[in-house]
Amino acid sequence: MSSIAQKKGFGATLWDYLTTVDHKKIAVMYLIAGGLFFVIGGIEAMLIRIQLAKPDNDFVSAGLFNEIITMHGTTMIFLAAMPILFGFMNAVMPLQIGARDVAFPFLNSLGFWLFLFGGLFLNLSWFMGGAPDAGWTSYASLSLASPGHGIDFYAIGLQIAGAGTYIGGINFLVTIINMRAPGMTYMRMPLFTWTTFVASALILFAFPPLTIGLFFLILDRMFGGNFFDHTMGGNTIIWEHLFWIFGHPEVYILILPAFGIFSEIFTIFSRKRLFGYSSMVFATVLIGFLGFMVWAHHMFTVGLGPTANAIFAVATMAIAVPTGMKIFNWLLTMWGGSIKVTTPMLYALGFIPSFVAGGVTGVMQGAAPLDYQLHDSYFIVAHFHYVIVGGVVLAILAAVHLYWPLMFNQMLSEKLGKWTFWFFFIGFHLTFFIQHFLGLMGMPRRVFTFRADQGWDLFNLISSVGAAFMAIGVIILVYNIIVTAVRNEPVGNDPWEDGRTLEWAIPQPVPFYNFRQTPLVRGLDPFWIEKQEGNKEGMTYAEPLSDIHMPNNSFIPFVMTVGLFIAGFGALYHGEKEWSIPVLVLGFAITFGSMAVRSLKDDHGFHIHKEDLMNEKGGK
Amino acid sequence: MDLNKKYTPQTWPDHPEQVTMEGKNKFLGFWLFLGGETVLFASLFATYLALKNKGPSGMEFSTQSLFELPLVFVMTMILLTSSLTSVYAMYHMKNHNFKGMQLWLGITVVLGLAFLALEIYEFNHYVHLGFNYSQSAFSSAFFTLVGTHGLHVVVGLVWITLLIVRNAKRGFSLYNAPKYYTASLYWHFIDVVWVFIFTVVYLMGVVG
Repeated sequence: MSSIAQKKGFGATLWDYLTTVDHKKIAVMYLIAGGLFFVIGGIEAMLIRIQLAKPDNDFVSAGLFNEIITMHGTTMIFLAAMPILFGFMNAVMPLQIGARDVAFPFLNSLGFWLFLFGGLFLNLSWFMGGAPDAGWTSYASLSLASPGHGIDFYAIGLQIAGAGTYIGGINFLVTIINMRAPGMTYMRMPLFTWTTFVASALILFAFPPLTIGLFFLILDRMFGGNFFDHTMGGNTIIWEHLFWIFGHPEVYILILPAFGIFSEIFTIFSRKRLFGYSSMVFATVLIGFLGFMVWAHHMFTVGLGPTANAIFAVATMAIAVPTGMKIFNWLLTMWGGSIKVTTPMLYALGFIPSFVAGGVTGVMQGAAPLDYQLHDSYFIVAHFHYVIVGGVVLAILAAVHLYWPLMFNQMLSEKLGKWTFWFFFIGFHLTFFIQHFLGLMGMPRRVFTFRADQGWDLFNLISSVGAAFMAIGVIILVYNIIVTAVRNEPVGNDPWEDGRTLEWAIPQPVPFYNFRQTPLVRGLDPFWIEKQEGNKEGMTYAEPLSDIHMPNNSFIPFVMTVGLFIAGFGALYHGEKEWSIPVLVLGFAITFGSMAVRSLKDDHGFHIHKEDLMNEKGGK
Repeated sequence: MDLNKKYTPQTWPDHPEQVTMEGKNKFLGFWLFLGGETVLFASLFATYLALKNKGPSGMEFSTQSLFELPLVFVMTMILLTSSLTSVYAMYHMKNHNFKGMQLWLGITVVLGLAFLALEIYEFNHYVHLGFNYSQSAFSSAFFTLVGTHGLHVVVGLVWITLLIVRNAKRGFSLYNAPKYYTASLYWHFIDVVWVFIFTVVYLMGVVG
């Protein structure tokens, strides 16, 4: 393999992406696949709002509505938000710590394919007899009784995708612990790296309970298990515990990287170092820790008793403290800064009031007695959309604009970016603010329609109009991306001009081996330090120019994933079709066979020689 | 660094599994993986404790009526011994004694197979009594917890066997030392989980 990138045909490019282990290319694939699922989840959201736009609507049937809300939630959490964040982690984090690549490039590729095929498996349910319909939480008492294969697609699809996420989490942890450039101590790591680190630790400990819960569901529905069937001694609450022991940390797995993205944006565009860096790190770790202590606040109305409810209520409210620290630190980062209101900065400014609103309603629900009133109402829907859309989605949209030049060497149009922001931001508040009041007026969540005499008509209509605004915002973003790609103007180094951390010090377009020489980190915001000292070369380097060791591409991750995908269908039709067991065995044979091939062959990677690197001077 | 370089006992490093960057990453990554596995088994244990002895009304099976400690004691001893033999193997790896390592790993595999055979006998025995997977919530939880451990034993056995075979001609290198080391870590983990199964499922089932 040559170290010099060259023009390739479509087939060669496709093969390159199918076999790549380069974190930057995997990041692009995460972004494309996650973006696709984001659009699918968005279309489902629009269908929900069309159905609820007027009373007694029959746009979709009650059963189809259940499928749509289930798939909307599941798709957005597992297949859109998390993979897109994984895309940014892959694209940015190794560069931020000055690493060559992630610790396990092969596993990185495997993780991506598992997520993609898990997502495809789940979405195939639409065409193969109906989607899951028990809500994204899939409570066992509902999901065991659900006819057809929808829930089976849910359980197996999430199992495959979840394995990919778990692998990704371990990979990021090891990368951050072992592969930081010289001088990059823990307390000099950029906040996005810190939040990736803590989110990955949460993945490591939160996903196994989900895995077990999903296995129980699979065993109960397809293989004769009795975990949740109370007539056989089972207990349906076990699912709720396992799901929320995963589900609550999952919220922080999503929001912590979003906090990291906004921390980067505030420092870059306020042109100041982050206010209270150490307390930001402390708050991140504390949120991660407390995130495991609060799962039962989703289950206040189950009847766990006043003692359990009180403990979990107090723990829940405690999380507001480190989160509040973060909010004040961001405000004080802007204080006295020389603020440049770019598109990412607009999102960051919009994020603070939106997320605070979501946080405040969160504390309200943390009070167990009040939660008895709010539970399963539209107030809850409003709350979690304020934290997920007002926090995570705003961060994702901000990061798309912020990191686009780093990932593609092109700048998205600022003008169109601001149009996207205003449509999305106004639409978001229009849609969800009013839902608080719908909830207080008694409208339950997950209902497929309501009557005209309930007084909910106007508010629901306003909510639906807001959703259309958000859709317009996203359409403008897609248009922006297409226009930018067609225009194809390279931006050059340090595209925002005020980059502070290592990822902005790298030449554009980023070489596939990242930094030619590993940089030396001399403090927080290392690139900013070099710029202040007038270093024209970009960075001070920690090593002389020498051969670079790189991993080989591999097709095995793709094959392993296809094996699990096939095995999934075998499990799905167990006891129903006679070919199910052979297919199950075939699928596992493909997966474990390719694992064995991977193990039996020596794979030492290759070296880029010093001479080739010198010839590429200026950064190819 | 040349990964295929041949070493002598004198030049062989003290911690061959952690000399290369890949080795360091595997070492740490595998420890983290075991952390996640711990949570996985914790979830299974919690479920088992919640569903222990729970079944349809009038169920005849209970931990007291089912479990027989002598058999489980033998299984425990076999598995604990196999953990010891894998320690010997690692000891020989550190001393650059390839044949010694392969031999002790081979003994580990034989002991693992013996454990597995006894476990299959045990499961078969229960099923013949009528205590099958679908009999009750208790049976589902029991077979899932102990069976998941058994599945880990199978994976460990295949893994170690593959290592013995793949490296028979290659000998030691810094490329395969981390592979051996992580496999032995995995085997220890399986052993630790069994200690908990022995205590929580069998001892507390019969005595507690």
